[in-house]
Amino acid sequence: MKMIKLNQTAWEQGIEKLKAAYGLFAPVKTGAAHEFKPLGPGQAANLNFQNTRLSAKGLIYPQTQVMFHYSLNPDQADHHRLHEAPMADGPKAVIGIRPCDADAFLLVRRNFDTPQYKDPYWIKAYEATTLVGLACTAPCATCFCTTAGSGPFSETGLDVLLVPETDGYTAKLISPKGEALATAAGWDKAPAGDASPIAEREAAAKAQITSAVATDQLKAKATLDLYDAPFWDDVAFACINCGTCTYLCPTCWCFDIQDETSGKAGVRLRNWDSCMYPLFSLHGSGHNPRGLKVQRVRQRFMHKLKYYVDKYDDGIQCVGCGRCVQHCPVNIDIRKVCNLMNAHGPAPEACKIG
Amino acid sequence: MQNPYLPYPVRIDAIVTETEDKNLKTFKFVFLDPEDEKRFAYRSGQFAELSVAGKGEIPIGIASSPTEKGFIMFTVNKVGLVSSHLHAMKVGDVMGVRGPLGNWYPWEQLEGKNVVIIGGGFAFTTLRSSIVYMLDPANRKKFGEIHVIYGARTPGMLLYREELAAWEKRDDIHMHITVDGTNDPDWKYNVGFVPTITDKKAPAADDNTYAIICGPPIMIKFTQPVLDQRGYRHDNIIMSLENRMKCGIGMCGRCNVGKDFVCKDGPVFTLAQLNTMPKEY
Repeated sequence: MKMIKLNQTAWEQGIEKLKAAYGLFAPVKTGAAHEFKPLGPGQAANLNFQNTRLSAKGLIYPQTQVMFHYSLNPDQADHHRLHEAPMADGPKAVIGIRPCDADAFLLVRRNFDTPQYKDPYWIKAYEATTLVGLACTAPCATCFCTTAGSGPFSETGLDVLLVPETDGYTAKLISPKGEALATAAGWDKAPAGDASPIAEREAAAKAQITSAVATDQLKAKATLDLYDAPFWDDVAFACINCGTCTYLCPTCWCFDIQDETSGKAGVRLRNWDSCMYPLFSLHGSGHNPRGLKVQRVRQRFMHKLKYYVDKYDDGIQCVGCGRCVQHCPVNIDIRKVCNLMNAHGPAPEACKIG
Repeated sequence: MQNPYLPYPVRIDAIVTETEDKNLKTFKFVFLDPEDEKRFAYRSGQFAELSVAGKGEIPIGIASSPTEKGFIMFTVNKVGLVSSHLHAMKVGDVMGVRGPLGNWYPWEQLEGKNVVIIGGGFAFTTLRSSIVYMLDPANRKKFGEIHVIYGARTPGMLLYREELAAWEKRDDIHMHITVDGTNDPDWKYNVGFVPTITDKKAPAADDNTYAIICGPPIMIKFTQPVLDQRGYRHDNIIMSLENRMKCGIGMCGRCNVGKDFVCKDGPVFTLAQLNTMPKEY
């Protein structure tokens, strides 16, 4: 794996060059928060942040996305037929994504890229995107990535990992996509970087992450035991079903499909949806299997921390970014819920005698 | 990469109003591209998304049988935006069908077995498909005794009445049609709720007898104890679920019951499976 050293000048020149080869997205300060925006000519990324308010989820999987076009004009030969909307318009690069948010795509991929069905909108956008991650050297107090299957320097979801230095970055070229990006940026001739200080800095960053979730018992629990656990009313009590958690979450993938017509033409589009909303599961008959708030709150946590765990046997559907903890208006904390679930029921040794 | 959200274009070939309240219509569709009919190879128990441009999609069980060629058939209850629009559409109109989706009744496992079909109201669609499939001359010998217990509120609310009458005349299928009540002095079948008729007419349980149940929640709630009492094992009770759906392919997230999606892992589950799952349906 190639390690290169980029001083600030090489970095800035490279970014300008990349704008010709990629649709380039990077955090830009908008108001009080950092958000991913397309970088125009002369516009610089602002990498002086802990994390962006929204994850990069929307760059692969837009909050609203046109799937099909149609005409309702009976004079047109193909009226009432659906035509696929264009997908993934050329290569994209995301600069400054945090490693946890990049790992989130690997979790979400399991939903959209299955042996039986492939979602072409998500897969083509993901495959056309190069992820240039920014290592976390100053994690937030709400971060718990190290116990959620990710980490401040996690490389598994990234094509390039940037480690900030006093002058520029050390860049680790992780994948062929990452090497291609470095070449396009003119960084292929950059001097070799030094790996050893990075390991120390990674250890220092991990040591700063003191908040944690325990997940080791989740798989062994019976689904119905957790489902019927007594703590759900308490967990859900303050929830106002605002859906902020699901919109901010880099691993929430649920969506709605709607037709929107204007005159005699229209689009079938999909929008992010949320299990926090009663309409999400409302039957045509009026019956609603998750008509109560507590049922919806339970669904969100059971999905992330039990159903997903059972289905894929590879950890929880959470990367520990902490956004839902930071932004929940009523302070519902997934770490607390996860630990409650993990500890629920009799301990395995409770029945042992002596 | 094939787009799993793209429906096959179809033309409405026939529309039949099924019930006296006119809320149920059966639509026969013909594929505009005959090749699409081959791509739409299905089994009884599966469903499809009926797609109307400008309105949206609805998940509906396939009422035709794979043994019936040249068309596919769906019976639709008028409930919401898409189904109401569909009820106002005409023969010749073009729309879309996406599927087949979901799993099916376990036909391989059911070979050589007795099958008891228990249905209520308009949830008789995939059961109609199953009966036509089993009664096909090429298939009938694969199955043992076939019983059908089917109930509706009134005689006029029964679906597929001509076919029911034809099946009544056959000697290779035991029909137990029932209505909750009727003023019709000529009604010659049963009167009583489905659980009651099940108790009276369902064959005794054994390992070779399977029940397939489809109906409104209230019918299922009261039929299950009857089957329990009659000794049916929960592995031998097969049910088909419904939940609100959009994608139909296990991606949009809303129809899950525990870790399983009704659209992709179902809609068919055994009662033994359902016993281990949350009751979110």
